[in-house]
Amino acid sequence: MNKKKGAGTILKRLFSYVLRYYKLQCLSVLFLIIVSTMASVAGTLFMKNLIDDYILPFIGSSNSDFGPLFRVLVKMAFIYAAGVLSVWAYNRIMVNVTQGTMRNIRNDLFSHMETLPIRYFDTHPHGDIMSIYTNDTDTLRQMISQSMPQLVSCVITVVSVFVSMLTLSAPLTGVTILMVAVMVMVSRNVASKSGSHFIAQQVRLGKVNAYIEEMMEGQKVVKVFCYEDESREKFGKLNDELFESADNANKYANILMPVMGNLSNINYVVTAIAGSVLAITGIGGLTLGGLASFLQFNRSFSQPISQISQQLNSIIMALAGAERVFQLMDEAPEVDGGYVELTNARVEAGRLVEMKERTGIWAWKHYHREDNTTTYEQLKGDVVFDHVDFGYSDEKIVLHDIELYAKPGEKIAFVGATGAGKTTITNLINRFYDIQDGKIRYDGININKIKKADLRRSLGIVLQDTHLFTGTVMENIRYGKLEATEEEVIAAARLANAHSFITHLPKGYQTVLTGDGANLSSGQRQLLAIARAAVADPPVLILDEATSSIDTRTEKIVQEGMDRLMEGRTVFVIAHRLSTIKNSNVIMVMDHGRIIERGDHESLLAKKGIYYQLYTGLLEQE
Amino acid sequence: MLQTLLAQVREFKKPSLITPVFVILEVIMEIIIPYLMASIIDSGVNQGSIQNVCLIGLCMLAAAMLSLIFGVLAGKYAARASTGFSRNLRKAMFDNIQNYSFSNIDKFSTAGLVTRLTTDVTNVQNAYQMILRLCIRAPFMLICAMFMASRISLSLSGIFWGAILFLGIALFLITSHVHPLFMKVFQKYDDLNSSVQENVGAIRVVKAYVREDYEVNKFKKASGNIYSMFIKAERLLVFNTPLMQFAMYACILLISWLGAQMIVSDSLTTGQLMSLFTYVMNILMSLMMISMIFVMITMAKASAERIAEVIDEQPDILNPACAVREVKDGAVEFDHVNFKYKADGENNVLEDICLTIRSGETVGIIGGTGSAKSTLVQLIPRLYDVKEGSVRVGGVDVREYDLETLRDEVAMVLQKNVLFSGTIEENLRWGKKNATREELERACRLAQADEFIRALPEGYKTYIEQGGTNVSGGQKQRLCIARALLKKPRILILDDSTSAVDTRTDALIRKAFREEIPDTTKIIIAQRISSVQDADKIIVLNEGRVENIGTHEELLKSSPIYRDVYESQTTKSQSTEEGGVVRE
Repeated sequence: MNKKKGAGTILKRLFSYVLRYYKLQCLSVLFLIIVSTMASVAGTLFMKNLIDDYILPFIGSSNSDFGPLFRVLVKMAFIYAAGVLSVWAYNRIMVNVTQGTMRNIRNDLFSHMETLPIRYFDTHPHGDIMSIYTNDTDTLRQMISQSMPQLVSCVITVVSVFVSMLTLSAPLTGVTILMVAVMVMVSRNVASKSGSHFIAQQVRLGKVNAYIEEMMEGQKVVKVFCYEDESREKFGKLNDELFESADNANKYANILMPVMGNLSNINYVVTAIAGSVLAITGIGGLTLGGLASFLQFNRSFSQPISQISQQLNSIIMALAGAERVFQLMDEAPEVDGGYVELTNARVEAGRLVEMKERTGIWAWKHYHREDNTTTYEQLKGDVVFDHVDFGYSDEKIVLHDIELYAKPGEKIAFVGATGAGKTTITNLINRFYDIQDGKIRYDGININKIKKADLRRSLGIVLQDTHLFTGTVMENIRYGKLEATEEEVIAAARLANAHSFITHLPKGYQTVLTGDGANLSSGQRQLLAIARAAVADPPVLILDEATSSIDTRTEKIVQEGMDRLMEGRTVFVIAHRLSTIKNSNVIMVMDHGRIIERGDHESLLAKKGIYYQLYTGLLEQE
Repeated sequence: MLQTLLAQVREFKKPSLITPVFVILEVIMEIIIPYLMASIIDSGVNQGSIQNVCLIGLCMLAAAMLSLIFGVLAGKYAARASTGFSRNLRKAMFDNIQNYSFSNIDKFSTAGLVTRLTTDVTNVQNAYQMILRLCIRAPFMLICAMFMASRISLSLSGIFWGAILFLGIALFLITSHVHPLFMKVFQKYDDLNSSVQENVGAIRVVKAYVREDYEVNKFKKASGNIYSMFIKAERLLVFNTPLMQFAMYACILLISWLGAQMIVSDSLTTGQLMSLFTYVMNILMSLMMISMIFVMITMAKASAERIAEVIDEQPDILNPACAVREVKDGAVEFDHVNFKYKADGENNVLEDICLTIRSGETVGIIGGTGSAKSTLVQLIPRLYDVKEGSVRVGGVDVREYDLETLRDEVAMVLQKNVLFSGTIEENLRWGKKNATREELERACRLAQADEFIRALPEGYKTYIEQGGTNVSGGQKQRLCIARALLKKPRILILDDSTSAVDTRTDALIRKAFREEIPDTTKIIIAQRISSVQDADKIIVLNEGRVENIGTHEELLKSSPIYRDVYESQTTKSQSTEEGGVVRE
């Protein structure tokens, strides 16, 4: 990263991000900060006048008139009141600005994340993505709510105090500036030391966290292998390393405050000595009262500078966080050049007519730009792979020359060793990934021309890894079709053979699932995933090891339900269990990204090829 | 709770005690310095005496230097004490977790343990440092500044009392109102983050069902909720600074008014007036600090409790006093075993199990989801203790063995198995630390893993990512089997460990077991009948009871469940008539 320039642009972008929604608020905050800063500067100036004009003249005189003092105190009371009110007001506005900006950032992050291609999630560890939402946005919150207003108020204080100091005595101001320069240099030195230790600390903290996470995940394996002592030892080492850099980082961060504070004390002494020389010798027209208030200014001058220097670390951390936040926002979203839409339709006089409401008949609405016409084609579920090549990167092709014809209502199965490319094929149909070469046609339409959302809506998919969402069982099944009625959900659950176990849950369909359905067995979770797909009622269904965790007896029952559901529809099935796929119309045997055998169960057995070997491997001992 | 935590301060007791000492010294200097500052004005500047200015200036310089040294030392020791404390906390937790039995591990979730070891420790570390540095500083500063102020003018210090009372009550009211609100917000905030996590994990489901907009709306609603809750809490909190300023300005005005009259009547000097202003600041700042400490402590309290729970958790499986250190053979016996996971649980998970497995036998276990197959085998290496009855290995009750001896002889491949980041070789060496290359390769050949490992560009040196994400499910399972084989155990337990391995390879693994390790007792849990049908005996489990034991042929005749499972895997799915019953 180009550090200097990068930090500047990130800061600018962050500012403009805040300003986009809160321009008026930020302006008023700026104004209010100026008011409050002015009030406190006025307070310091008042100290000078208090002693010079309202106290010193009366010393020794017997009839002192405190009228003017009273009047100036009342004036000051108003100024202070204005200051206090504006402090409250800008803090109050900042609450809205900060929290609102945080909300906007989170919403933008999330909405953008949802548009990213699957490839992004493949290549970025989920822990990293999570830490953008947690750690990085948290540092931003601190920065916006505290560092930014403080920075503004410090700058204003420094400038206004500087001007007041100049009016009192230019030469003395020079002395102060010199001392402040020393302070800045020292603090930069300490801050950079602590900064480098902080970076080391973050790196080691990351290592410790990663180790903890891994070991906690594998704690049962540790027990089984009696690996307790080794893991203790390894953790001890990582932990000690972390301690070392954390110690150093905190040490330097801690000493920054006393160093700055006392440097400003020294600054005060030096200024006092230089000032009294000037005042007593009368050079530069400095009065004793003037010196007294100059010394007050001297303190208010170095205070904000040491404040800024203490914020430095958190600003640097926040900018790094902002960079990661913006990085995610800048990720290129999934491209969708499709224009063919999926609509409800009705057959009227032999022609398809588009309908608003759900009719049960779906049609592809195909607009032809050349002759400005729109044609409708009924959705049937006819899928063709025409010489398809695919690789996750161009260099490494994992699927070679795949040819496939799935007629509506057919059940197509894929078998083969792990890593043969079965799951990959199904990920191409719904365009999780785009192919390198060849064509995939859906009802005769190249899937690149179909709007992704419509394409995916027409495909039901039950994935290898079951994912459930926090919410009730009912909500989880309804995920397949948001407007599904309770009856439809229950029917789908019955179909998936999930109804009986759901009714045994403490609150039946209203039982709340948390942590990806942690309280369910993996078999039960798969049944829910199947019910979810069933309620969606799609013309094409993809089952990727959808029943692998369900015992074979239950699977048989589920299978029958599924067969009923899938009558007249296209199904793609991936399974290890050959019993799951035996009744398929076509079985594709895959190996290393190629289809090496195809045919139905009987013909493949008769062929005595790989399928035969796989199958007889199962029944070897008979 | 506090005792558990403080016990972990250990070698950092010295810096923990020294820090407050230096803090006190630093505070004394900070009190003296404004006094000196005032003197510079009073007896130096106002008198027009450069000599006095220089003299007092030198004193102040010395005080500043001392204050600097004390401050640096306090900072240094505070850092050492707090980071050292957190190091010890992490270590104590991690070490104790290593002692946990399976049931201890079950009690805490994995994610829960990770949070306790990371975020919670950081919270406590920060709080500890705060306490060391501020807990003494703030009250001490308050007292010193009050003392100095009353020395200057007893009557004027009355104003301070009023300010303290006012601000103290105000801060207390705000904090006590805001704190529960914040606790609620943070809870919601955690929920929001876990929903993001859920979405990241389930992105394929979201996209497959085209639910992006739905998820975004759900998220926006949740984040909008948090927004308004935050505002509700912070709306009160923002009164803190203006109230403090209000108190300060009120003091300044009052002191100016009364002070001016006292100066004129010669009972106060201008310098003293100036230092009174400084003490106002000091006192009110300390008050703010105290309220901050209060918030910090209550926030860290929850973390501290969670940490103490982990440290205080007593492992419920311990090594016996005079442990047996040799396992005679691989025979396993279950003698009227009853088991349940929770002592207060209603039903036994395993009910009256009686089994005899001879050394060297191959035993298959078949049963539906939830029939307690895994539970049964986990009793053999004493991962859980039986509630009633006994489990014997090699004729001796497992509770009499040294745990390490027992678990070295009973190798188990868990259903939910894990590979660790590191090379394949390092992972395999979990089974045997000093295994030779030949041993590694032999184990892998038995587990049918050698071939695919060799095909990898870096062979046995291939790096496995955390969680084993760069090998397929079947490969992972084969590596886990090889790792267990390296132990050369007397008993090998495979808990559904070949489910992702294709049937052909599965058969090859079993063939290798039969031919190469005939003396090892092999216990195989499987979904596939083919994985167990050549076993010497097959146990059919149903709802925690042994339904039947026998060979494949015997069971086909005697066990309806077994026959049912067998048929569901071999014949074409038939009509509903016979498979209508669900066992769950």
